[in-house]
Amino acid sequence: MNQMWIAVIGTSAIAFGLKYFGHSVPERYLSNPRALRINTLIPIALLSALVAVQTLANKSVLVIDQRVAGMTVAVIALMLKAPFPVVVLGSAAASAAVFHLL
Amino acid sequence: MGQNVRVSYVNRATAAASFSVSFTVGLYGIAFGAAGIAAGFSLFQTCLLSLLTFSGASQFAVVGVLGAGGSAISGITTASLLGIRNALYGLRMAPIMKLQGWKKVVGAQVTIDESTGVALGQSELGESAMRQGFWLTGIGVYLFWNLFTVVGALGAQAMGDPAAWGLDAAVPAAFLGLVWPRLTNKKERALAVAAMALSLALTPFVAAGIPIISTALLAVAFGWKVRS
Repeated sequence: MNQMWIAVIGTSAIAFGLKYFGHSVPERYLSNPRALRINTLIPIALLSALVAVQTLANKSVLVIDQRVAGMTVAVIALMLKAPFPVVVLGSAAASAAVFHLL
Repeated sequence: MGQNVRVSYVNRATAAASFSVSFTVGLYGIAFGAAGIAAGFSLFQTCLLSLLTFSGASQFAVVGVLGAGGSAISGITTASLLGIRNALYGLRMAPIMKLQGWKKVVGAQVTIDESTGVALGQSELGESAMRQGFWLTGIGVYLFWNLFTVVGALGAQAMGDPAAWGLDAAVPAAFLGLVWPRLTNKKERALAVAAMALSLALTPFVAAGIPIISTALLAVAFGWKVRS
């Protein structure tokens, strides 16, 4: 079994387990304020890291390429409160344009 | 059931909110389908992630990490850390939904940001409207998300080189779109910047995937103290 299949099955099994667990435990066991606070911060840390790495890393090397143009457009779109599809498509269009210029 | 004729009555406002959220969020499935193919997952694997994992951020994370050369363990860990919040949503919804048996299995699977968000948004209309909002949104997002995953994956397959179409930037842009609304105060913005810096600093030195997982420790550090 290759890495992709392990990832698909493992991610799915744990994702469902977490959801089912939430519906099964008494609320008092998970209402620790510190745990709740950290839980809201974890997605911010992981998603921000993914943004950075997927924009500037190529395997283990940091590079500046067409993706930076795409992310610049994404940031501007978000600052203008554009809807999600506009953010993603605008970013893709800018990146593709620079890719063809380079 | 049956003791109240209004059981079958669906609140119009709840139904409208559920549909608009389902369709809009479902559309992001196009981005995921394309991201899965661009990361090297097959059409079948990409669709299975939407059918079985069914949690956008976790799905983008696992294909993102493996696409960048990370191991399955790194991908699963990152995706699972992002999925912890679904457990907390389940915890929040359990006393309202009171699910048992197969309904609990289905209900758990559709316990995500959107179904919980719409359900909680109906609290002024009562618990019945909250349950309707949960089911309509959960199942609605499930249908549209999976439909549009197939569309995006087939589209990406037809495209060839992902970079030529800007897909390599669309994936981080999707992550940015997911994190942006969460940055509501100074501490959260500082954490986002710190996480970017740490992950980039580690990238040349450790295996792909680890730089991302390691930022969970930053979240713990930032969340440890109440103030700052």
